[in-house]
Amino acid sequence: MQNAKAAICMRDITKTFGSTVANDRVELDIFKGEILALLGENGSGKTTLMNMLSGIYFPDAGHILVDGQEVTIRSPKDAFDLGIGMIHQHFKLVDVLTAAENIILGMPGTGRLDLKAVGDRIRNICAMYGFDVDPEQKVYDMSVSQKQTVEIVKVLYRGADILILDEPTAVLTPQETEKLFTVLRNMRDDGKAIIIITHKLHEVEEISDRVVVLRRGQFVGGVQTKDTNAADMTNMMVGRSVSLNIERPEPKEPKPRIIVDGLTVQDKDGITKLCDVSFTAYSGEILGVAGISGCGQKELLESIAGLQHYESGRIVYIDPDTGKEINLIGKDPREILGMGVTLSFVPEDRLGMGLVGSMDLTDNMMLRSFRHGKSVFADRKTPRSLAERVVNDLSVNTPGLSTPVRRLSGGNVQKVLVGREISSSPTVLMTAYAVRGLDINSSYTIYDLINQQKQQGVAVIFVGEDLDVLLEFCDRILVLCGGKVSGIVPGRGADKNQVGMMMTKLGGGEAK
Amino acid sequence: MNHSTKVPLVRIVKRDSISFWHGWLIRIIGLILALAVSAVVIYAIVRLNPLKVYSAMFEGNFGSEKRFWVTLRDMVMLLCIGIGLAPAFKMRFWNIGAEGQILVGGIATAAVMIYFGKSLPTWGLLLVSLAASCVAGAIWGFIPAVFKARFKTNETLFTLMMNYVAIQLTSYFVAIWENPFGSNTVGIINQQTKAGWFPSLFGEKYMLNVILVLALTIAMFVYLRYSKQGYEISVVGESERTARYIGINVKSVVVRTMMISGAICGLAGYIAVAGSSHTISTSTAGGSGFTAIIVAWLAKFNTFVMILVAALLVFLEKGAIQIASQFNLNDYASQMISGIILFFILGSEFFTNFRLVFRGGKEAN
Repeated sequence: MQNAKAAICMRDITKTFGSTVANDRVELDIFKGEILALLGENGSGKTTLMNMLSGIYFPDAGHILVDGQEVTIRSPKDAFDLGIGMIHQHFKLVDVLTAAENIILGMPGTGRLDLKAVGDRIRNICAMYGFDVDPEQKVYDMSVSQKQTVEIVKVLYRGADILILDEPTAVLTPQETEKLFTVLRNMRDDGKAIIIITHKLHEVEEISDRVVVLRRGQFVGGVQTKDTNAADMTNMMVGRSVSLNIERPEPKEPKPRIIVDGLTVQDKDGITKLCDVSFTAYSGEILGVAGISGCGQKELLESIAGLQHYESGRIVYIDPDTGKEINLIGKDPREILGMGVTLSFVPEDRLGMGLVGSMDLTDNMMLRSFRHGKSVFADRKTPRSLAERVVNDLSVNTPGLSTPVRRLSGGNVQKVLVGREISSSPTVLMTAYAVRGLDINSSYTIYDLINQQKQQGVAVIFVGEDLDVLLEFCDRILVLCGGKVSGIVPGRGADKNQVGMMMTKLGGGEAK
Repeated sequence: MNHSTKVPLVRIVKRDSISFWHGWLIRIIGLILALAVSAVVIYAIVRLNPLKVYSAMFEGNFGSEKRFWVTLRDMVMLLCIGIGLAPAFKMRFWNIGAEGQILVGGIATAAVMIYFGKSLPTWGLLLVSLAASCVAGAIWGFIPAVFKARFKTNETLFTLMMNYVAIQLTSYFVAIWENPFGSNTVGIINQQTKAGWFPSLFGEKYMLNVILVLALTIAMFVYLRYSKQGYEISVVGESERTARYIGINVKSVVVRTMMISGAICGLAGYIAVAGSSHTISTSTAGGSGFTAIIVAWLAKFNTFVMILVAALLVFLEKGAIQIASQFNLNDYASQMISGIILFFILGSEFFTNFRLVFRGGKEAN
């Protein structure tokens, strides 16, 4: 490493958002003619770090050197002038324009626009690296992988020789991924520096020359890919187990409550989000769901809640009083409620789905109950007293009941949402990232609330991102990997590294 | 990396909330500023005494009992359309098709007056044409709503295009009902019998218009604020995903609400034809379907605030006409004055939502 000169050195880079430290004195070297994998769990600061290179964020502290010269990158244009180009996870293309028009969009030019010359240059670039792009094709006619190719060509057209790709394979099929890797290798051999942000270990092994691991915003280490293996990388990614002392009472007489069988879900682009998922959630038990984000957790919960379009499979609810089996799949939330199934669902997107940000506490409590009664007018008295009770019981910090929930802090918003959801005495409680963004005290309040529900015989499905929490809090852990069930492990005595391996490789590879 | 950050001279900061009186103080200051600035403009351009001009505006609106009632008639007309638009806009459905909904309501009313004028008693005519105008307007609201719910068409374009369909439809019926022959107008319908006309109440020709619209004002306020359907409208408007999450059938709420919106706009056409002009033409709506959008938005869908906004807009319009004729100005000079006043009023809405922070920490309201 010492004999090659680094194209980019990042030194002591720190970036904070409010009280969260996204990057903490991170060091990173990037070399020409090398593919570097930037590896880390969600929220480990990979994308933030790269956004500072591409001019989207500005570091709070630290230095960036390009070819040994200290530089200031204030905007994406500065980054382009330095030859740095980033391909974001969400494409930034104009649908109604052609590939060529998108590629030259925003570039300086004089006089007449010669789209033919542009097209020729694009074809040259494509021939050089093996891309497949028709400059005249409109973006709305393109598949996801074609759009991604246009994004890459756009960056190359602007003369970038340092390319950053943010989770490029997340939206691709295996065949498309193979094609992408081929062109990435061609570009590397041409002397370009390539950084791919990922959390898929097998891709790191397949494509990268070197791997750098971040954990909780900190630089953990960098190694040559050939000198490491999946187990070591997982170790670096997840770190040592930390004891949190979360209570975990034994489940009392668990009985099957929700049976999911062979569930397959595709999104509207036809990408498979869940593939043949089967499991059973028991009453009086917390079933944790672990997985890298975007591995189908959201689709799983929304399928049970009746919000997801599905391809095939079965979801059955077993009534605790009568023991009758009730089919939930293909039903909408209102029909599910109408069949006497009280599902409570704390979604990931609290203000965009669970609550209405501009409405006050009372009106948000009403979301679940406004239909009650025959009157054409909605009852606001009951929701108001429920709001009062939630504010008192969960010590929600709010100026009053008529404050729009958008103005409350994240922890208080979550308490309001959880408070409302458990107030309907559910038989199934689903939570997605219930403690995300919450401080320690609020987190423990939420754990206690969920434990109370568990002891009352509710079947809890708890989607989490912090492995330490999942390992200490859940009775069983369902591990998802790329929309498939990688395995179900008992929470007591589970090994953090093993779960980590299962998250990144189906079944956990040989490490099992 | 040590870089000094430049603090701009003035920054705009969103207000968390504003007290009721503070908000009105800002609006009154806005109005005073508007009058002051237009005074300067009036003097600079046309060399007239601004006070005389203002009193002429007042004169134009309230100068005689007849003028007062005409002002009131036009105001409740605008208010009625604003009430019709309120539920649609609250649901974030951009209904800019009020013009068309008014026209089809007007056509329905005219048709009832023409074809049943001799066979039905007055109250029967009034009820039947009321129902017919509401149904016609509801259909005009239903069509774009169904396409939006089913095929996700753009409702802004769709409702706009429906206006042109309604205008052509009106031309067609004007040709059929032409009276006298060759005039290319419908003329005053049932001029002799006054069949289907709003009767005078308490000796006032337009009293029924006022009563009808005031009743609607209260009903719509209650509907939006206290009913279950009103609550559904706000949830769908704020977040469609939340609406789905709690099991609201978004499509049927969209269709239902647009039918209500269209029906009330159709009712405005009924008031226009049976209650004031007693004729129908392509200019029956006269652009008030668009002006009413300002009424609905400025009042933030509060129908009582809409009364004030509608009054202001009608006042400015009538005042401008009066200035133009009294001082022999052309229309543009008087419209400039209305423009300045509107500008300041809209500007003060900005200051009720945002405040300015000057460099060095000084704040201004």
